[in-house]
Amino acid sequence: MQLDTLYQEIILDHYKHPQGKGLREPYGAQVHHVNPTCGDEITLRVALDGGRVADVSYDGQGCSISQASASILHELCAGRAVPEAFAVHEAFVALMSGRGRVEPDEDVLGDAVAFAGVARYPARVKCALLSWMAFKDAAVRAAAESTPMLTEEGKAT
Amino acid sequence: MTAIQIPQGMPQYEEMPRLDPYTLRADFPILSREINGHPMVYLDSANTAQKPRVVIDAMREHLERHNANVARSVHTLGTEATDAYEGARAKVAAFIGAADPDEVIFTKNATEAINTVAYAFANAGPDTDPRFRLGPGDEVVVSEMEHHSNIVPWQLLCERTGATLRWFGVTDAGRLKLDDLDDLVNPRTKIVAYTAVSNVLGTVNPTSAITARAREVGALVLLDASQAVPHRPTDLADLNADFLAFTGHKMCGPTGIGVLWGRGELLAAMPPFLGGGSMIESVTMERTTFAAPPARFEAGTPPITEAVGLAAAVDYLTGVGMEAVSWHEKELTVYALDALATVPGLRLYGPAMAVGRGGTLAFSLDGIHPHDVGQVLDSLGVQVRVGHHCARPLMLRFGVPAMTRASFHLYSTNEEVDALVRGLGQVRKVFG
Repeated sequence: MQLDTLYQEIILDHYKHPQGKGLREPYGAQVHHVNPTCGDEITLRVALDGGRVADVSYDGQGCSISQASASILHELCAGRAVPEAFAVHEAFVALMSGRGRVEPDEDVLGDAVAFAGVARYPARVKCALLSWMAFKDAAVRAAAESTPMLTEEGKAT
Repeated sequence: MTAIQIPQGMPQYEEMPRLDPYTLRADFPILSREINGHPMVYLDSANTAQKPRVVIDAMREHLERHNANVARSVHTLGTEATDAYEGARAKVAAFIGAADPDEVIFTKNATEAINTVAYAFANAGPDTDPRFRLGPGDEVVVSEMEHHSNIVPWQLLCERTGATLRWFGVTDAGRLKLDDLDDLVNPRTKIVAYTAVSNVLGTVNPTSAITARAREVGALVLLDASQAVPHRPTDLADLNADFLAFTGHKMCGPTGIGVLWGRGELLAAMPPFLGGGSMIESVTMERTTFAAPPARFEAGTPPITEAVGLAAAVDYLTGVGMEAVSWHEKELTVYALDALATVPGLRLYGPAMAVGRGGTLAFSLDGIHPHDVGQVLDSLGVQVRVGHHCARPLMLRFGVPAMTRASFHLYSTNEEVDALVRGLGQVRKVFG
């Protein structure tokens, strides 16, 4: 396997210059997720404003894949309408679960298409998904605080 | 490495028993593999050791010729299988210097071996030997450098019984902190359970002071010898413990079999852990009486083929000689410590000298996450372990989420250490 299918320039760039890192106020919900096999962890906050993801802020420690993934998550989901952000989430999870056989849609996933290579390394898929799972968790909780309707949707997806 | 003149009359370097790893490597089919277009460099033996052909052949031969269940059949195959299984027990007993093969209990792994003792305490009743009774006010002592398998069973036990869990700390140099030994191990202590050799730092822990103190206060001693038995001669008389736990797959045997050794007199008084077939003396619908050890602690069909494989591994290691294995790994560790010291940005955790340490080296590199280190090394064929090594409290102790770990066995070579060092250079290039 070629190392650069995993460590795409975009991923290394996000790793070295993470977007939106640091925990910010205000927020609707905060979650803490860990990857028990390697000790990576992330604390992530979601702020909702009406039907919009006003902010995704995070802090944590982990490998380049998990850190870059959180950075790209911030870029893609902060500022988005909640259903759109969940659609991106769904596409990303599908990409990561595809063992390299899912063709990513750049229109939906943006820089996250760079993770297509990561899906071929089963040991690293969890690293890539850490922040995304935390985001879904936090978004559903934040939505539960504000609009019960969204909670139902969130649970259904 | 600077050569030091050893005074006349003392054992000289050349008198140490040796092994030739290059010859021995031919015994291990997997070692000729390539990984990602590179010759495989297997530096993860603390995780699991590779298997020599004799182990693989012994297991196949058993399955092809002698397979039957043990201890219950009158037929020929059953007798052969029982002989093979009990023969394995005797070989393991001899390998660690046990007085009697019946002191050797086969388990699934070292984790189950430790749980067998922890649950003996949990299952103790009012008539049980007081040494196995635990309650509020009693204390269990472990250490901060334990594998989770020697922490979690004791946490569960203490939660269940109301006893208190205490632990030895670890010094910056990666040694057990023993200055509070007399406070930690006190008349309230029922058992002290700690590792003989750290699976992360490689530290070889001193046993005599702890054992002496445990004896003084009447506490039992359990040694997790998972990283010791595969790499150095083991002499129970010398260790003077009450229980020893280790696993087959780290000593060139198969997975699925571990060992709990216990002093015969203690095992005879110890309540069972798992209930089921083979561990009973007599069963009625109302109650059960239990078989004598080791059967009492081997409920259900045991790992028979695995025991045959483990016996072959014991023969193999005995043939090579454990003194030679230990000396080889010591020399390799000296080489590796020197070599790793040349890598910029590398921080070693654990003893920096090859004294009182084994061939397991954990380190961090320039703030680069171990996952990334391991991935780049893998692309070059170098197989190391990354993560928390099932020793998260130790990671917290050193303030890191994870470490990279290289570990050796009898087939490891200086050239593999060189490949690791070259690989670390590549890691720094990718993430520098």
